[in-house]
Amino acid sequence: MTEFPTAVAEPGQDKTLVLNMGPQHPSTHGVLRLILEIDGETVVRLRPEIGYLHTGIEKTCEAKFYQQVVPLTDRIDYLAPMTNNLCYCLAVEKLLGLEIPPKAQWMRVMMNELTRINSHLVWLGTHAMDIGAFTVFLYCFREREDILRLFEMISGQRMMTSYFRIGGLALEPPLGFFEKVKKFADRFPGNVDEYEGLLTGNPIFTMRTKGVAYLSPEDAIALGAGGPTLRGSGVDIDLRRDAPYTGYENFKFNVPVRTEGDVFARYLCRVQELRESIGMVQQALAGMPEGPVKADSPKVVLPDREKMKTQMESLIYHFKIITEGFAVPAGEVYQAIESPRGEMGYYVVSDGTAKPYRVHMRGPSFANLQVLSKMCEGQLIADVIAAIGSIDVILGDIDR
Amino acid sequence: MPLAPPITDIEQLKSHPALACLVAWNAAAVQAVKFDREELTIWIEKDAIREVCAILRDFPDCPFNYLCDVTCVDWYPSEPRFEVVYHLLSISQKERVRLKARLQGSSPALESVTSVWPAANHYEREVFDLFGVRFTGHPNLRRIMMPDDWEGHPLRKDYPVEGYR
Repeated sequence: MTEFPTAVAEPGQDKTLVLNMGPQHPSTHGVLRLILEIDGETVVRLRPEIGYLHTGIEKTCEAKFYQQVVPLTDRIDYLAPMTNNLCYCLAVEKLLGLEIPPKAQWMRVMMNELTRINSHLVWLGTHAMDIGAFTVFLYCFREREDILRLFEMISGQRMMTSYFRIGGLALEPPLGFFEKVKKFADRFPGNVDEYEGLLTGNPIFTMRTKGVAYLSPEDAIALGAGGPTLRGSGVDIDLRRDAPYTGYENFKFNVPVRTEGDVFARYLCRVQELRESIGMVQQALAGMPEGPVKADSPKVVLPDREKMKTQMESLIYHFKIITEGFAVPAGEVYQAIESPRGEMGYYVVSDGTAKPYRVHMRGPSFANLQVLSKMCEGQLIADVIAAIGSIDVILGDIDR
Repeated sequence: MPLAPPITDIEQLKSHPALACLVAWNAAAVQAVKFDREELTIWIEKDAIREVCAILRDFPDCPFNYLCDVTCVDWYPSEPRFEVVYHLLSISQKERVRLKARLQGSSPALESVTSVWPAANHYEREVFDLFGVRFTGHPNLRRIMMPDDWEGHPLRKDYPVEGYR
């Protein structure tokens, strides 16, 4: 039965205009459609419409083996691909009961923090550019280029690395990798000072962002916001510290929390997170343990190429894993980690076979988008742009 | 590392705050429990789900004030077919719990929890869009991912992976 929708927004009185901020727009950070009901320049109501990037990833996962789902997860939050890999791999490892060796855990933390820096650099560049600061965009992408070269060095791919696999990592880090990371990590705090020098004290930036798009902590919790959107309103929760996973308990870091709840507070939170993340990368480099990077579970983890080429047993395991997958004991797991945008969760249901029965991705941006209408009512249209930048949505997360 | 076997006995799990709260309020609403892989799952009678959510949100010892996720699993062809799953988090106590409500396959309907957490708005629209479960009392139950004139509910198990179009 087809029901054609009524007009998505009725103008209230003669004074209001319904404006479509269409899916194709340079400032919506993806194919996000916003329907604004405006009275002059003031937004009376805002409604987001999504689904323009829906590719049915959750349905596709049900037709793949567990290890084949890993490259699909990269594409969900495409600015923080290793974070998605990590969440899914942790969920399946919990279902299997696998122990991950310490070197793999530390590498995961290091790459995860580099991914967080990567994501925040895109956020900072595009957010500043929306507000008008074009130079910051170029500087952020200059640093991002270095990180992408590091990713290419370690996994062969710049963005969709699929570097974390079920049971550890895909490959050993190559020679010279840690030296390159150290060089970047030594240089980066100076770069963050550069960005802050251009923005934090800048009167144009502060006038556009202070007091704009206020979100109270009660609203933030009730609407399910997460990450810096929640911490910028004063709620102190960070899953890396409060429910540590993959070795985060060995790292010392501060969680920036601000109470003002406006765009400027969220900006300060994320910039401070950049500094904390590079500190964690330095800690990971200093204390990196030795050892294997894959768990010792031949039925689940692919053997090394050399062993596969010389030993019959490894060849058979390799063949079986690739063609038949590995059966995962029945059960379900909800694994939540702290992505750059908030709480990212993977709900994996297994029925005992080699293909997942249901994989659900709890995208942090899906939840963060709900605060947008609350934040923007009564604000000017230009503030809507600042607000979208400050909640840092990514449409892959929302639409899957 | 071998997995611990799941615990399904209410008596052993009574110390968990969510279960303690619900058993104290109305033990009949709790149909089953399971503690597996360090996560607690509680099956709730479907007509009581909104009240249970409100009670858990306002529980003073461990208020589950953050709704992480509402989703659904389709167990076609066994009945009850749909299982709507709620993931809750208590920000102050850092406790998690999973609530489940089982629904039959023909015109599945459940009461909306948007009055408890406004965060449920988009999640319930997604479950309606992709599974066909109706939420009574939802302010705006329209399709969210698929186009508005789409027919069928794609995440159901009898909908092909390749799709129809």
